[in-house]
Amino acid sequence: MVNALLQYATVLMLAIFVGIEIIAKVPSILHTPLMSGSNAIHGVILVGSMLILGGANSNLQEVLGFLAVILATMNVVGGFVVTDRMLEMFKPKTPGPKSSKSDGAAS
Amino acid sequence: MSRGTLIDLLYLFSATTFVVALKGLGSPRHARRGNMVAAFGMLVAIVATFFKYVDAHALHHVGLILLAMFIGLIVAVPTARYIKMTAMPQLVAIFNGVGGGAAALVSITEFVHIKSTHPATYVTLEVLLGVLIGTFSFAGSAIAFAKLQELMTGRPITYPGQQIINAAVGFVALALIVLILVTASTALLWILFAIAFVLGIIFVLPIGGADVPVLISLLNAFTGLAVAASGFTLGSNLLIVAGTLVGASGILLTRLMSKAMGRSLSNVLFSAFGSKITASGATTRADGLSVRSGSPEDVAILLGFASRVVFIPGYGLAVSQGQHVLRELAELLESRGVEVVYAIHPVAGRMPGHMNVLLAEANVPYEQLVEMDEANSALQTADIALVVGANDTVNPAAHDDPGSPIYGMPIIHADLAENVVFLKRSMRPGFAGIENDLLYNPKTTLVFGDAKDTLTKIVAAVKAS
Repeated sequence: MVNALLQYATVLMLAIFVGIEIIAKVPSILHTPLMSGSNAIHGVILVGSMLILGGANSNLQEVLGFLAVILATMNVVGGFVVTDRMLEMFKPKTPGPKSSKSDGAAS
Repeated sequence: MSRGTLIDLLYLFSATTFVVALKGLGSPRHARRGNMVAAFGMLVAIVATFFKYVDAHALHHVGLILLAMFIGLIVAVPTARYIKMTAMPQLVAIFNGVGGGAAALVSITEFVHIKSTHPATYVTLEVLLGVLIGTFSFAGSAIAFAKLQELMTGRPITYPGQQIINAAVGFVALALIVLILVTASTALLWILFAIAFVLGIIFVLPIGGADVPVLISLLNAFTGLAVAASGFTLGSNLLIVAGTLVGASGILLTRLMSKAMGRSLSNVLFSAFGSKITASGATTRADGLSVRSGSPEDVAILLGFASRVVFIPGYGLAVSQGQHVLRELAELLESRGVEVVYAIHPVAGRMPGHMNVLLAEANVPYEQLVEMDEANSALQTADIALVVGANDTVNPAAHDDPGSPIYGMPIIHADLAENVVFLKRSMRPGFAGIENDLLYNPKTTLVFGDAKDTLTKIVAAVKAS
């Protein structure tokens, strides 16, 4: 059991360094999408919530697990959709026929 | 290969996609794909989990799990899809909050589940941290949401002895943790849950609306840590990796954000910034300076003589939904040979990058959006700086007045332009609650009114001239 703890602690330490390293240089305009994107990633608690509800053996655990799955699903789905919506705005405006709707915005 | 190993491999794949995704989100070209990659990794992890064994049996309650997911889905998708872009910060806050809530619930339930087996002390500690941090994040995000949604005042809420009371509540929470570690009492765990809830609320109350985005980023990092704590309890490497990634990068991001505002994180969190409204809000000040207000037609005439114009949009523009009209004005001016750029302060709007998103939505060409340094050199030769619904981000006190609370914050030097035009709803000060000398500058013209209405009138007047 202590060995398992050590293994988790190792993973924790490495993940901390990766987390810091990975966003060392981010332009400020991407701060908001980055925050929103990482918000979606911690929605992985849905996996934990599923395991909790799937292993529940009392009414209390079922109710709490059920709530957890609802909340975690909202976190995952809402997080990814909002981030995508934000980033959709950043796509380079190609002057091709696709942007005919924007009535020559860049003219 | 056994079922368990296969699932763990899939989890490893998911964890890898999260790292790749975060990396992608940091670069403008790969950001959207990065988000997709993470979403795919998440899907893989979720599907794999359905086949996992818990306590040596297949998942129970699969129907309930699917039902709960369905409920979450039908609540979240329309909310995320159809809420206005101006309300984006609130949305991030609320989706972060529910994640924290889920992490807390997972920890509590796991505690109830394993309690009979007398878990080791460190397992209980992980549970308690998960509950404390997750609940804190949930309650804090709820208040942040209420502040941004203007369900309550966006000004800091302060009362005497606030820091001492907050510290005392925090101390009670720590004492409870020690007590639960010793007694393993479920009743006390519920009390800790309640205290963490209160702590989240009172921590956020003194933080003003302008600083809430930084706070959301911090709470986001906290939720990540709560998820990592749940990962320890459940023995899941995936949760530990994902939670820690978010926690570590989130704390760094929070620091970057406060740096972009020229302030330290502790100053953002504990100084109740913007609680004292020192601005007089008067059109004539005691020192005899008064503001000059003009009509949209006056502005149209000014614009008629200009050859270089810099737009400086702020949150007021977003509130009035005037970004489309602003773009129309820009196009109109450009068709007459006027050079137009949009100067974007890093914290214009309510979150860093928020203004870029709003203007991009209004089809403003990306090349016309210039960041602060470039904007300041453009302003030196500009004929007109048109400030639309911004205030604190152009306040010269930030570099003139060492006594000012915003001293040191990087600003857009609207005062460098030949003429300054402010479109403002009223003399009400900005988020920082302080006077802006630029309003009283002789080269400044003020036009009062809703930004969109005023812009529409200006467009009409320019067309007529």
